[in-house]
Amino acid sequence: MREPQFIRASDHSVLVPFGEEIALEHHESVVRLATALLADPKPFIKNIHPAYSSVLVSFDAARTAHAEVEDYIVGVIKKLSARPMPTSREVEVPVCYGGEFGLDLPDVAQHNGLSVNEVTEIHSSAAYKVYFLGFSPGFPYMGGMSERIATPRLPRPRTHVPAGSVAIGGAQTGIYPLSSPGGWRIIGRTPLRLFNPAANPPTLLQMGDVVRFREIGREEYDRLSAADLQTST
Amino acid sequence: MLPFVQYVAVNSLLRTMPVISVKSPGFLTTIQDLGRSGCAHLGVSASGPADSVALRLGNLLVGNDENTPALELTLVGGAFEFESNTVVAITGSDFEPTCGGQTVPLWTSFLVRAGDRLEFGATKSGARCYMCVRGGIECPRVLGSASTHVLTGIGGLNGRALQRGDLLKIEAVRSESDFVPRLVSAEILKRIMRSGPLRITRGPQASYFTDEAHSTLSSSPYVVSEESNRMGLRLTGPLLKRTRKKEMITEGVSLGAIQVPQNGQPIILFVEHQTTGGYPKIANVISADLHRVGQLRPRDEVRFETVAIDTARSLLREQEALIHPHSLQPV
Repeated sequence: MREPQFIRASDHSVLVPFGEEIALEHHESVVRLATALLADPKPFIKNIHPAYSSVLVSFDAARTAHAEVEDYIVGVIKKLSARPMPTSREVEVPVCYGGEFGLDLPDVAQHNGLSVNEVTEIHSSAAYKVYFLGFSPGFPYMGGMSERIATPRLPRPRTHVPAGSVAIGGAQTGIYPLSSPGGWRIIGRTPLRLFNPAANPPTLLQMGDVVRFREIGREEYDRLSAADLQTST
Repeated sequence: MLPFVQYVAVNSLLRTMPVISVKSPGFLTTIQDLGRSGCAHLGVSASGPADSVALRLGNLLVGNDENTPALELTLVGGAFEFESNTVVAITGSDFEPTCGGQTVPLWTSFLVRAGDRLEFGATKSGARCYMCVRGGIECPRVLGSASTHVLTGIGGLNGRALQRGDLLKIEAVRSESDFVPRLVSAEILKRIMRSGPLRITRGPQASYFTDEAHSTLSSSPYVVSEESNRMGLRLTGPLLKRTRKKEMITEGVSLGAIQVPQNGQPIILFVEHQTTGGYPKIANVISADLHRVGQLRPRDEVRFETVAIDTARSLLREQEALIHPHSLQPV
């Protein structure tokens, strides 16, 4: 792994970039560095934010300066060379597309000159890599979506997106585990619970998983939704 | 509804433990300690107090560790009845608090007598105040912290704001017999609660924006929108234009980052912020000014001033030196 060009994102954080595009090579660098930093917690490091092709490290700025944190990260990276990538799990996620659950599905279809059914078919036929969890608790950022259904984010983020919403933001797709604000185009909803703070681990998906979406109807959505509620209470 | 036997057991337990009874919850009152660090890789941001300086000084005033759970009140306070003698301090903005009908001073520890009621009105200054009690509010730790994360519904009291009828227990009861009232001196408060522009450093995507956008940000007033909360403060004002149309790849975001969506209106990411985001960040509020962001109310006007990272670090270290028991003095 090459030594990265650090970007001082704020007075209490440093961004470690591995590239400017979504690529498996960068993902592997991110996983290796984030895993190593998480495995050996240091009191001056407060948070590790892995993303597609970078890791943001926030630190205790009252007691530590950027140079010390950057030196530490360089030392960690030097020792990473032989660390193997963990094997990835496959997880199936059922989705009820369109209608009241996917308000932006028609816009995504129109933007790409496709029918609503074509968008659903394209979205549910690929295997998606979970690059990292971010944005809100348990939210999986996934790669592997077809460029044919890529759609820009909303010009102004919505203040409320319901839990379980499956969405497209630019060339990316994701699932909102909890109701939250968000700027991605919503195309459907899953009945599965993606974040449960009482569980260990608290998230359904993990960095490195492979996800497949399966289209379901409203009846199956309601049935799975009721079942998931029972197992989690 | 609890079975009768269990009800009696819980009731008698509560009687032996000092309780604060929530008679009126106020607009948005939550339990906060200093937050939940170390979970960003799960997508969980730290939460914690909007004004950490006020919470930390409040805890020091009552003799607690700085990270002890206390109440954060927002815009309009509530009413709280105390079942036993309790040492209390109220810090942050002026919600005109009274105890048994008598005005109580801010930034000063005082004794609330058993049966007394602490009442808060609407704020006369900033957005938030803190009610710290000696021993702290009892609260289970979720992922290592008592802090309520309102938008995700975790921490605090069942992940939510307080409601009328809630009973709060005191975590580590200590005698009030050695109580000596203390205050934070006016001189120290003046240094901490400075007015003037919020200081910022350049953000990781500063180069995405035009020179004009940078000069606009550091010269024009912005207004805090009504759609602001602990997750972020949406600002309205002159547009911040980009030189680069390409969308960026989502990356980690820092507390206090000023991100600019396509509509050109900046958003300050705050204590319940998203852990990663795809909007470019033109700047970041310096750590020493984050507590001032926590006191901004809807319709308040803000201005920004760019400083170097080294300056930001010195300012933080100066401020940290003030948040210390030696800043407190007897009344």
